[in-house]
Amino acid sequence: MYDVIIVGAGVIGGMLARELTRYRLSVCLLEKENDVACGASKANSGIVHGGYDPTPGTLKAKLNTAGVEKLFAAAAELHVPCTRCGSLVVAFSAEEDEIVKALLERGLINGVKGLSVLTGDEARALEPALSPDVTSALSVPNAGVVCPYQLTIAAVGNAMDNGAALQLNFEAVAVSREADGFTVTAADGRAVKGRYLVNCAGGHADQIAAMAGDGFFTLIPRAGEYMLLDKAEGGRVRRTIFQVPTKEGKGILVTPTADGNLLTGPTATHVESAESTETTPAGLETVARLAAKSVPSVNFRQVITSFTGVRASVAGGDFIIEPSKTVQGLLHVAAIDSPGLTCCVAIAEYAVGLLQSMGLAAEKNPTFNGARADVHAFRHMSNEERDAYIKEHPDYGKIICRCETVTEGEIRDALRRNPPANDIDGVKRRTRAGMGRCQGGFCMPYVMRLISEERDVNMTDVTKNGGASKQLKGRI
Amino acid sequence: MKYHDIVIIGGGPAGMAAAVAAYDAGVTDVAILDREETLGGILKQCIHNGFGLHKLGRELTGPEYADVYRAEVEKRGIAVYTDTMVTAVSPERVVTAQNRTGVLTMQAGAVVLAMGCRERSRGALNISGTRPAGVYSAGTAQKLMNCEGYRVGERVVILGSGDIGLIMARRLSLEGAKVEAVCEIMPYSGGLIRNIVQCLEDFGIPLYLSHTVAEIHGRRRVEGVTIAEVDDKRRVIEATKRYIPCDTLLLSCGLIPENELTRAAGIPMDPVTGGALVDEHRETAVPGIFACGNVLQVHDLVDYVSDEAEIAGVGAASFVKNQKAKRPVIATKAGNGVRYVLPQQVHADGSEDISLFLRVTKPFGKVRYTVSAGERVLATANRLKAAPGEMEKITVGRDKWQGVAGPVTVSLEEL
Amino acid sequence: MKRNLICIICPRGCAMTVEGEGNELTVTGNTCPKGKQYAIDECTHPMRTVTSTVRVTNRQDTMVSVKTAAPVPKDSIFKVMERIRATAVEAPVKAGAVLVADVFGTDVIATKSVE
Repeated sequence: MYDVIIVGAGVIGGMLARELTRYRLSVCLLEKENDVACGASKANSGIVHGGYDPTPGTLKAKLNTAGVEKLFAAAAELHVPCTRCGSLVVAFSAEEDEIVKALLERGLINGVKGLSVLTGDEARALEPALSPDVTSALSVPNAGVVCPYQLTIAAVGNAMDNGAALQLNFEAVAVSREADGFTVTAADGRAVKGRYLVNCAGGHADQIAAMAGDGFFTLIPRAGEYMLLDKAEGGRVRRTIFQVPTKEGKGILVTPTADGNLLTGPTATHVESAESTETTPAGLETVARLAAKSVPSVNFRQVITSFTGVRASVAGGDFIIEPSKTVQGLLHVAAIDSPGLTCCVAIAEYAVGLLQSMGLAAEKNPTFNGARADVHAFRHMSNEERDAYIKEHPDYGKIICRCETVTEGEIRDALRRNPPANDIDGVKRRTRAGMGRCQGGFCMPYVMRLISEERDVNMTDVTKNGGASKQLKGRI
Repeated sequence: MKYHDIVIIGGGPAGMAAAVAAYDAGVTDVAILDREETLGGILKQCIHNGFGLHKLGRELTGPEYADVYRAEVEKRGIAVYTDTMVTAVSPERVVTAQNRTGVLTMQAGAVVLAMGCRERSRGALNISGTRPAGVYSAGTAQKLMNCEGYRVGERVVILGSGDIGLIMARRLSLEGAKVEAVCEIMPYSGGLIRNIVQCLEDFGIPLYLSHTVAEIHGRRRVEGVTIAEVDDKRRVIEATKRYIPCDTLLLSCGLIPENELTRAAGIPMDPVTGGALVDEHRETAVPGIFACGNVLQVHDLVDYVSDEAEIAGVGAASFVKNQKAKRPVIATKAGNGVRYVLPQQVHADGSEDISLFLRVTKPFGKVRYTVSAGERVLATANRLKAAPGEMEKITVGRDKWQGVAGPVTVSLEEL
Repeated sequence: MKRNLICIICPRGCAMTVEGEGNELTVTGNTCPKGKQYAIDECTHPMRTVTSTVRVTNRQDTMVSVKTAAPVPKDSIFKVMERIRATAVEAPVKAGAVLVADVFGTDVIATKSVE
């Protein structure tokens, strides 16, 4: 019987697990996929939002402003790539100029520091690639970017290092409430018991809530398509360039990523479910067209990949972070769409507070260590550092992914350290092997071989992302 | 820092041919760096024939062609560093690489870039749809099938009628897979005509020109693709869309010269070829850096890669020889106790060790010889005795010569 | 009969025309004698070289590339593949070694060496 079961190992569930291991509590993360961060946590803009956007008084507003610094601090502790690059919200008309001013006002109410309104020329002086049609811009110096899936992986890994358990391929099909707690049953028959249950199930949080007998909300899945460009375009702009927000959302942005690529997107279209992660010609065309509106010189011949994330949105528009009104011991942390990533640490702390108010006794864990060991990513190391490290660890001498300079040592480490990768995409997210220009064309067979060795599985059982996604059909 | 007269980046057909040509042109201090365990580059996985008719007068498979050149490299004792990935080349021709022993830096008299090319990926093609397992670039599938012996799919659609796609259509068919179609976005095929015959017609595989893959379906594994005809602007014609069930999509949509190192070195590129700008010796705009093979321009026949690599290899050798001839001449002088020093002048630029020979003026007991250039001591050597009848030799290592400008004196002091 | 075809002997791929009946065949469009012979063969008894791989059983995930030393009848390609697939070898293998003897008039030989 665990103290707390968390359903969903995305960035929210992961950060919460980490937060809970600060206390003497047994924690179990349940994840239906073959790895953590497989939902929206791996397919979003990676933005650390300044905090001017949420409606004042909402949970989003409260957690965003406080959440920014907490997120950067956690990213530093966990060695997760992040950059405080600042952002600009650009306007293209007198009408939009008014909206920019309104965002400033709203930001001030939300307690955001450092905001100012720039003229179009001032904005272009900072960002020469900005469209000549930009009339004004809100400058948000405290904002930035973070790698959302690395953050999730590191948070879960740190939680596991501090004692949390992770069960993968655990697709919850039933939740029952007994006298002393909950039993969550998986499709394959596994069952896990816990005194408290936290619903962090992202795009499926409404289904988990219903399973637990508290299905009081329905999520509206909204897909966002992105195009990611080669690092050669990574310097096109230095800051995140937003357009003025509309009812649909924050609009198409153009941003450097924490790893040095250029990211454009997302769209916002209603889709069938959280699994509707296809890209569409119309969506990609919209991204290109609207990105070019802000930054006309973006060279779309440098696109290296495109992807879609599905937001877990809800009609009310705010986070649903509250104890269940009908099922004791159940905490919902749901409808976490933007700025959920920014708020993930603040949400985790807030959720722990709520659990305590629900009766969870939380005594400090004296052995908790919030820092994660550096992964020795070779692309960040100087030649001298590399040479010294290779002498101690020869596996780091062999470069497997040429495009991103990823070594065999890093890949083996990703297959061993918490939470270990189990498939090609898992190795990719942890090490960046396969994220470069050739998109795994050269390194995929080598990565597969390392997975086969480290996981002791046949090459023919190595998958792209679990389940039926085997890469090979057999031996010749 | 190690020095080689010529450092060749890439040990495929281009690198090997350049190495052999440079060696035969008289510069024998040549080193090949390759990221794989054995030389041969992409030829190792090109098990089909069609190589060598022009260059070697006989038709060979890829591995056989590679073997011919590998044997020539071995015969000449050319230095080979395998399992070694070059991470940087500087305009001053310092090559940085790494392997399991550590980080290597080499000063090269001349560099030959022979890194080959990569394939255009699905992401770069912006094919929409899902992102399942079973989407391969043709070369990756070729490697898995031919080198490691794995089946990549049972029901395959191929996008791109370049030679790699056509060759894989045949390969897959021979191994019992069903190749449903080859789609080509242009109104003509990109591959050799004979491959249309021996890879598609022989196996009854349809070729749809002016067609593309509009969408990929399947959540975990490819379940099918939607293909469609395209108009003269290569846009999808909606009404022609049709679904082909399959479990694998192979992409053979163009090769891109692998010029990351080239660009990072600031070497000017040609946007049309995707490779460096070069002159008739295949020398780039940066002196002493040459390029050849697929990294310079995408070739269709490896025979021409070998021809081009020979030009670059000879060019690199000439460059090195000219550089050596242009080096400043430094005089050597006999100092205290020394009657003469031979050679009387040296070209000392740090590329090789140089031995100085001398005779002393009279018999001495214990002595220390000092080789100096002004205040700077280049070498010392202690001997138990010295006699006019016994020639003495002092070797000054190559790195000691770096930056030496003025005359060099050899003198002795009694100990 | 009249047949247009593309030569596969060398990368040039000359477009040729074969006309006539039985043994009385004329070839036009070839630029060399090998092409002429190919055209005639293609109309009477088409031949192909088969290239494939054979598993090396005492090495992990290693295949040795092979070819038919001489072309085989085109309609025997899949039977040749059956013979190749039924074969495995042990390292060391030398390039040129016969791995499957007497296959439709020729041998299947290794095209690379495995230590």
